[in-house]
Amino acid sequence: MSSMQDSREAAMIGRRTDGTTVRRPLSPHLQVYDMMQMSSLSSILTRITGVAWSLGIVLLVWWLVALALGPAAYADAKAVLGHPLGKLVLFGMTVAGWYHTLAGIRHLNWDIGRGFAIPEMYRTGWAVFIGTAVLSVLTWAIALLS
Amino acid sequence: MAQNPSVTTLRSPLGRVRGMGSARGGTHHWFMQRVTSVALLPLTLWFAISAATTLNGASYEAAAQWVQRPLNAVLLLALVAATFHHVAAGLQVVIEDYSKTETGKLVGILLVKAICWLFALASALAVLRVAI
Repeated sequence: MSSMQDSREAAMIGRRTDGTTVRRPLSPHLQVYDMMQMSSLSSILTRITGVAWSLGIVLLVWWLVALALGPAAYADAKAVLGHPLGKLVLFGMTVAGWYHTLAGIRHLNWDIGRGFAIPEMYRTGWAVFIGTAVLSVLTWAIALLS
Repeated sequence: MAQNPSVTTLRSPLGRVRGMGSARGGTHHWFMQRVTSVALLPLTLWFAISAATTLNGASYEAAAQWVQRPLNAVLLLALVAATFHHVAAGLQVVIEDYSKTETGKLVGILLVKAICWLFALASALAVLRVAI
């Protein structure tokens, strides 16, 4: 046990057919697998959009705090969010938010034990990609028209 | 190459599962991540529609009036609570997956939890100050 430096190693103990312990190999191996498959790409994007949303949500905190501080602070927040660069960030958040939401629904479906067949996994994966594009455009169409 | 790890225990695997292991609750973090994700589906949709319509370019008075409506204030508090619980749970898993050392992992998770708590409390105080 003295060689164990990391709690992750507890999950890496395997046994050979003769019963001796062995360190399991790591998987997925970045150089062996094609990371642009539907399975891996949709998973990687779920994590990236989740982290992006976590960073972007600070804008909601800022907006709420500015509103509580009064008209001057609110005017600053409104100017930054209304600036073309601010709008670009908000559009990025719209895409990340919709992707993570739709991918999350796909995960909840897996969590109740459905949708694991490979053709269905591809279908739901494409539905998430296309749904993200449609809903992002729709959200900004509503925003620009209202 | 490092020495192969070994585990010696008198407990059977079934016994460990029934006793829920040394952590006593292996599925709570995972389950709460799912519970908050389900809660966030209607809450985020509601806020996204509000942000795109009523709050879009709203004046200070209009934005404050919107937050002052009891339904909006309650839903905002719920949104903030569910969001930061979900963010902390999600970022914790990311840190667990990529941190190289136990110290880095512990410090990272504690920092994420501290920041999420402070942001959630600041947001809640802001909503209450505007609404009450």
